[in-house]
Amino acid sequence: MTAPTTVAHTLVARDLRVDTVTGQPVLNGVSYEIAPGEVLALVGESGSGKTTAGLAALGHFRRGLVHSGGDVSVQPGGAAPVSVLAAGERERRSLRGSTVAYIPQDPAASLNPALRIGRQICEVLETHGYGASAAERSARVVEVLAEVGLPADESYRRRYPHELSGGQQQRVGIAMAFACRPSVVVLDEPTTGLDVTTQTLVLRTVATLTAEHDTAALYITHDLAVVATIAHRVAVLRRGEVVECGSTEEVLRAPSHAYTLELVTAVPHLDGTGAAAPSASGAHVVESVSDGRHAAERHDVASGSGSASASNGDRERPPALSVSDLSVSYGDHRVLHDVALEVRAGECLMLLGESGSGKTTLSQCVAGLGRPHAGTVSVSGSPLAASTQRRTAEQLRAVQYVFQSPYSSLNPRKTIAQSVELPLRTLTDLDAAARRERVTETLERVRLDPALADRLPDELSGGQRQRAAIARGLVTTPDVLLCDEVTSALDVSVQATIVDLLCELRRELGMAMLFVTHNIALARHVADRIAVLRGGEVVESGTVDEVLDSPSHEYTRELLANTPRM
Amino acid sequence: MFRLILRRLAISVAVLWLVSLLVFVATLLLPGDPARAILGQQATPERIAALNEQLGLDAPVWQRYLDWLGGVLTGDLGTSAASQGPVTELLGGRIGASLVLLVGAAVISTAGGLALGTWSALRRGRAVDHTVSGISLVVAALPEFVIGVALIVVLSTTVLPVFPSVTLAPPGEPVWSQPIQLVLPILTLTLVVTPYITRMMRATMSEVLDSGYIEMARLKGLPERVVITRHAVPHAIGPVAQVVAIQLAWLAGGVVVVEFLFRYPGIGQALIDAVNNRDVAVVQAITLLIAGVYIVVNLIADIVGIMTNPKLRAEVSR
Repeated sequence: MTAPTTVAHTLVARDLRVDTVTGQPVLNGVSYEIAPGEVLALVGESGSGKTTAGLAALGHFRRGLVHSGGDVSVQPGGAAPVSVLAAGERERRSLRGSTVAYIPQDPAASLNPALRIGRQICEVLETHGYGASAAERSARVVEVLAEVGLPADESYRRRYPHELSGGQQQRVGIAMAFACRPSVVVLDEPTTGLDVTTQTLVLRTVATLTAEHDTAALYITHDLAVVATIAHRVAVLRRGEVVECGSTEEVLRAPSHAYTLELVTAVPHLDGTGAAAPSASGAHVVESVSDGRHAAERHDVASGSGSASASNGDRERPPALSVSDLSVSYGDHRVLHDVALEVRAGECLMLLGESGSGKTTLSQCVAGLGRPHAGTVSVSGSPLAASTQRRTAEQLRAVQYVFQSPYSSLNPRKTIAQSVELPLRTLTDLDAAARRERVTETLERVRLDPALADRLPDELSGGQRQRAAIARGLVTTPDVLLCDEVTSALDVSVQATIVDLLCELRRELGMAMLFVTHNIALARHVADRIAVLRGGEVVESGTVDEVLDSPSHEYTRELLANTPRM
Repeated sequence: MFRLILRRLAISVAVLWLVSLLVFVATLLLPGDPARAILGQQATPERIAALNEQLGLDAPVWQRYLDWLGGVLTGDLGTSAASQGPVTELLGGRIGASLVLLVGAAVISTAGGLALGTWSALRRGRAVDHTVSGISLVVAALPEFVIGVALIVVLSTTVLPVFPSVTLAPPGEPVWSQPIQLVLPILTLTLVVTPYITRMMRATMSEVLDSGYIEMARLKGLPERVVITRHAVPHAIGPVAQVVAIQLAWLAGGVVVVEFLFRYPGIGQALIDAVNNRDVAVVQAITLLIAGVYIVVNLIADIVGIMTNPKLRAEVSR
C-alpha cells in the first residue's frame, strides 16, 4: 500500500511523555504524525506503552499515569489544529467520540452489557449533538451499522451485546467509533482474540471506512502480519520510545533497528521462515540472561534432522496417542463428533481450529479433564479411563498438559520449584533428593535459570512462566505432551522462543506432542502433521506440506486465504 | 423471567411454611406454662385445666398446629392470653408504628449508603475515601444499643438536648403525630445499617469504574454524570441489592432492641412483653411476621438482581 499524498496531518504527537505517579517513565518522548486517510501502525510488545500512547490521543490517561510533557493535536477537516492535552476537561470531552474516536481491544468488555447496542451507538450521537432530531440520529445508527456490515433492523438494534458474536461485537465497536464521522480513530488491537476469518472482515471494514471518510487511523498492534495488511506506515515502540518509523514496506522488509529486526524475524510464516527455524541472521530474541547461554547449543540441536525419524519410526509399535470415535455432547449440543487422531512417538500433530471448534474439549478428553465421552483414548496402545480419577499414576504420568495462560496456570503461592515438583510427588515414588535433582535437570532443559527456581510466578516474565509450566509438564517424562494454545498469551518474540524450545525438547526426548492452536502460521515451525477441526469434526488431516500446499477442504482454504502474511 | 420469579415465590412460600412449623415447635418448647403464667403461682389445678381447655391447649399438638395455621391463613392470629383480645387487634397499631421506623430507616440508609459509596468510589484513594471508609468501619463495629445510647447522651440529654429519648405520644395516638420522637430511633437504625451498604457499594462501584465499558463511555465523550448514572450505577445495583436486603431484613429484627431502648410502641416492644407473659399467640404472630419480612425483602433483592442483568433476564425467559 502507498501512503496518500497529503501534506497536512490530521493527528500529530510531539515529544509525548507520560510517567507513572511514582515517576517511572512510560512514554519517553513519542512523536508521530498521521495524514488524512492514512493508517499508522504503532507496533510494540506488551509493556512498550503503545496503549498509553493511543489513549493519550484522546487525552485519557489510565489510573496511575500522568502526562508529563509534549502534546497531541488534531486538525479536523482543514480547521485550525486543536491541542488535545492542553484542552480543558469539557473541551476534551467534546473532542472524544466526535473528532477522535477509540476502538478498544476487547469488545466484550467495552460494550456495556446492560444497554442495547442501538442505544449505545445513538448515545454518542446525542452527546455530540449529531443530527437535528432523534429521527435523524436513528437514521445515522442504521446507516453506520450497515457501513460495518451488520444488519440494521429494529430487532438487531435492540439486542444486548451478549447476544452477538465476538466479531459482531467488535463491529458494533467500530460502528460506535465511526458514528460521528471522526477525523481520527485510535484502534487498540481490535482483532486480537478474533478468529482469522473474522479478523479479515474487521480489517477490511476498517480499511474501507478510513479510506472512504479520509480518517486518520492510529492502529495499535503487536501483530506484524496484520500491520502488513492494513498499515501505510509503521512506528515501532520499545520501552516508551519510537525506535523506528517509516513506510510499512521499508520497516518490514528492511528494518534498520535491531529491535525491529528481532520482531520481524520472530513472526511465524506459513512458508516456514522466521520464528522457529534458526535463521541465518541469528536474530533470536533473548528474553533473559539465562537464555543467552543456551543460544549456541540450541542452534546445534535444532539443525539435527529430528522430525524425519518420527515418521519412518517403528511402524509396528502402537502410536503414542490414539483417539478413535471420540464424541462429546454438552446437553443437546455436540461438541465433538467421531474424532479420530493418531500421534506417533517423536511426532507433533497440530490440532488446528478456531474458537468453538472443540479443540480444547478434545485435549481435555485426552488429559482426562473433560466430561464423559464416547469413544476411546489410548496411550501406547492401552485405553485410558475418561476421568483422571480413574487413571493409574503411570497413565497420568504418561500424559501431561501445558495450559494456555502461564499467568493463571501456575499457583501464585508456590515457588517454581514447588510447582514443577508436584507431579513427581504425586505420580512417582522418588525420594526428596531425587525429585530435587530431577526438577533442576528439567529447569535446565527448558532453559530456565536455576536461580529462578525459588521465585514465585509473579516475579517471572510471561515467557519464563511458560517455560516453568512446560517444565512441570516434562518433569515426569511423559509419552504425550498436550500443548493447549501455549503461545497465544505471549508476545511474538517470546512465542518464537517457546516454539523453538518445544521443537527441540520433542526431538531430544522423543515424546509425542499434540499442539493445539488457532494459528495456522505456526504449522511449519512446530508440526509434522495437521488435523483441522471444525464444528467438532476433523475436516482435513495430513502432513504439513500436504495441508498447506494443497488443502483439500474448503474451510482450510478459507483459513489460509484469511491468514495475514507479511 | 416471570417463571423464575414465580419459582422464587413458590420457594418463599415453602420457606414461610417451614418457618411457621419451627415457630410453632419453638413456642411449645418455651419453658413455663401459659395458663400458670396467666393465673399466677396460687392457681388451683382445676382452674389451670379449665383455662387450658379454654385456650385449646389440651388438644393434640398437630391439631393445635393446624388450627393455628388455618387461623393465620384466614387472618386470625388467635387470642392473646394476656390481654384476652384478638392478636390482630393488639398488633394492628403496633405494626404501623414499627413500619414507620423500618421504612424510614430503610429509605434513608439505602439512599445514603448508595450515594456515599458511589462518592467514595469516585474519590478512591483520596482523603475523603479514607475518611468514609474509616468512619463506616467504626460505626459498623458498634452494636445498635451502643449507638442508641450514645445518641441519647449526645442529642437528648447532655450536649444538645434536642430530641426526646423516649416515645412521648400517649397510647392510642399514632406515633407519627409527634414526628420529633421518631428521629432518634430512625437515626439509630440508619447508622447501624448504612455502613454495610456504603462499603459494599464502594467496593462494587470501584470494580465497575475499572471496567472496560466505563472507560469506553468516557472515551465516547459522555459527560461524567451520564457515565455514572447510566453506565456505572445500574451494574453496581444488582450485587448491592443482596446486601441491602440482608440489612433491611436485619432491621426487622434489630427493631426489637431499638424499640425497647426508646420505649417505642411497636412490635418489638410487644414481642418482649409477650415473651415475658408467655403470651404464645402473640410471640408466634410476631416471629412469623419478622420471618415474613426477611423472606419478602430477599425476594425483592433477587428480583432486582434479575431485572438489572439483561443476561440473566434473557436466560430466564428462555
